[in-house]
Amino acid sequence: MFRYILRRLLQMVLAFFGTTLIVYALTFAGQGDPIQALAGERPVTPAQRAYLTEKYHLDATGVGGFFYRYFDYVKNLLQGNLGESLTGRNIGDILQQAWPVTVRLALIALAVAIIFGVTAGVLAGIRRASIFDNSTLVLTLLVLGIPTIVLAPLAQYFLGVKWQLFPPTAGSDPTFYALLLPGIVLGSLSLATALRLTRASVAENLRADYVRTARSKGLVKRRIVVVHVLRNSLIPVVTFLGVELGNLMSGAIITEGVFNIPGVGFNLFRGIRTEDGPLVVGIVSVLVVVYLVSNLVVDVLYAVLDPRIRYE
Amino acid sequence: MSDFETVAATENQAARRGPSGEPGTPNQVGAANKPRSLAGDAWRDLRRNPIFWISLALVVIFTLMALFPGVFTANNPNDCLLSRQHAGPSGGAIFGYDFQGCDTYSRAVYGTRASLLVGALAALGTGIIALVIGMLAGYFGRWVDAVLSRVIDVVLGIPLLLAAIVLLKRVSSDSQWARIGAVVFVLALLGWTTAARVVRSSVITAKEQDYVAAARMLGAGNSRIMWRHILPNSLAPAIVVLTIALGSFIAAEATLSFLGIGLKAPTISWGQDIDTGRIHMREAATPLIVPSAFLALTVLAFIMLGDAIRDAFDPKLR
Repeated sequence: MFRYILRRLLQMVLAFFGTTLIVYALTFAGQGDPIQALAGERPVTPAQRAYLTEKYHLDATGVGGFFYRYFDYVKNLLQGNLGESLTGRNIGDILQQAWPVTVRLALIALAVAIIFGVTAGVLAGIRRASIFDNSTLVLTLLVLGIPTIVLAPLAQYFLGVKWQLFPPTAGSDPTFYALLLPGIVLGSLSLATALRLTRASVAENLRADYVRTARSKGLVKRRIVVVHVLRNSLIPVVTFLGVELGNLMSGAIITEGVFNIPGVGFNLFRGIRTEDGPLVVGIVSVLVVVYLVSNLVVDVLYAVLDPRIRYE
Repeated sequence: MSDFETVAATENQAARRGPSGEPGTPNQVGAANKPRSLAGDAWRDLRRNPIFWISLALVVIFTLMALFPGVFTANNPNDCLLSRQHAGPSGGAIFGYDFQGCDTYSRAVYGTRASLLVGALAALGTGIIALVIGMLAGYFGRWVDAVLSRVIDVVLGIPLLLAAIVLLKRVSSDSQWARIGAVVFVLALLGWTTAARVVRSSVITAKEQDYVAAARMLGAGNSRIMWRHILPNSLAPAIVVLTIALGSFIAAEATLSFLGIGLKAPTISWGQDIDTGRIHMREAATPLIVPSAFLALTVLAFIMLGDAIRDAFDPKLR
């Protein structure tokens, strides 16, 4: 177990340096004029240029200079010092304000996925090839196939603007009710995947030998399903939901942008729109780290839940 | 991906079909004295599956629309007059006009071309990368496999949208083809992993077959075995995965265009039109709903087509 976690940690460190290096190289290095790239399309005065050159050690050249600046960037990233956006706000402060909102939204989405997805998945798995099973399969395929940029604006238009069941936008200090519709939209994709995964897993485990043994021992069906099948079937689902929490936190760019929710994704959305280079790079770096860490946690969790994993 | 195991299980079966069977071709369905092949079975299943026919019809319609948009609408999508901004449906424009006063329906029809082009090229690029990597990893095994599998793991760990944002921010050119090329490149670069795993697993199955041993005994070299014997037998599962990937590439392109970093005007793209329609949804809803419906139907058609074919080939579901 310990060795597995250690190996996984080493892999993550490698992935961390690899990804941040790519992000860094693509954004700042190898460009004609990094200072101009940082400033976007605004003019840069000589004084600003001199200040930025010294601040980012741009006078060091060659490969050594590149890595010097890269480690500068990584050090700042690890210390939580993400610099300032082009509007002069501290990116760390922006993120600090945005995280709670994003986490709340992600948790609502995850709750939607678990409550509806897993329950319906278990039912569909037990009643394979029934009407319920077939209709959920078609429905999930529809949900999986419809992109968020279609789902979010249409939900906003029909449920928010036309029939006015939900508030169409969330605003600066969103209530639970205002986050409910975006949460459902964001969670619908995970819901569909969780449902299909649970269904496949339950259906497969129902045919396992230990279920036959349990049945031949005379256990009632309810106990077989709840104690034996469910516990084994939920392993892949738990893994998926864990990865999904990381995805939901980093992938809410469209949903937060459309519903005007002041979370991390919304700031990234705005950063892309206003061509705010430092803001985009700062947020993407943090999100990549969140993504990597959540993947690690899930892999370790997987190994704890399923001992077979460790021996491969 | 969640259903990757199902895919892998399909390959093993599909790879054993022998050299002649294309997926979905009727193989002696009617002949009662011969045992039905897996492909024949799958075709029998597919023929009775309404989802297969509906999605196939949609794919054909959208492909025709991309090739000959003028057949589906008489109006020019770039014929825009601000004086008819958000004008309602009329005989001239069945879904009315959008914010710029362009024909909503005509723009949606002409938007098909860019979407399908990006999706198809990205799927092609993905297919080539996946075939090369999967073939090398599966055929040579040992350290080649170990290294390539780790590469796949790392690329799989990169979040697609975030990476695409960083990569596409680097593209400063606004020329139509440069942007299409950039989006295709980014999607192919990040999207090949699932297909490569599928190819790898089917190559591993195929290379253990007797005909490979026979070919080697006859003196065939590695490249000939790979190209003439293993490739044709491990292609089918990859094509199914790529059909589904094509659908998700179209969705990804629209998302990037929606964010303003994918395709840009003068290219007509659904993602951009959805974004404009979204901003003005309170004044007029059809400029939002029409491109949304086109995008959703196209993506669904490809995903459902791939899903139907894969289900038909999955013996576990029988």
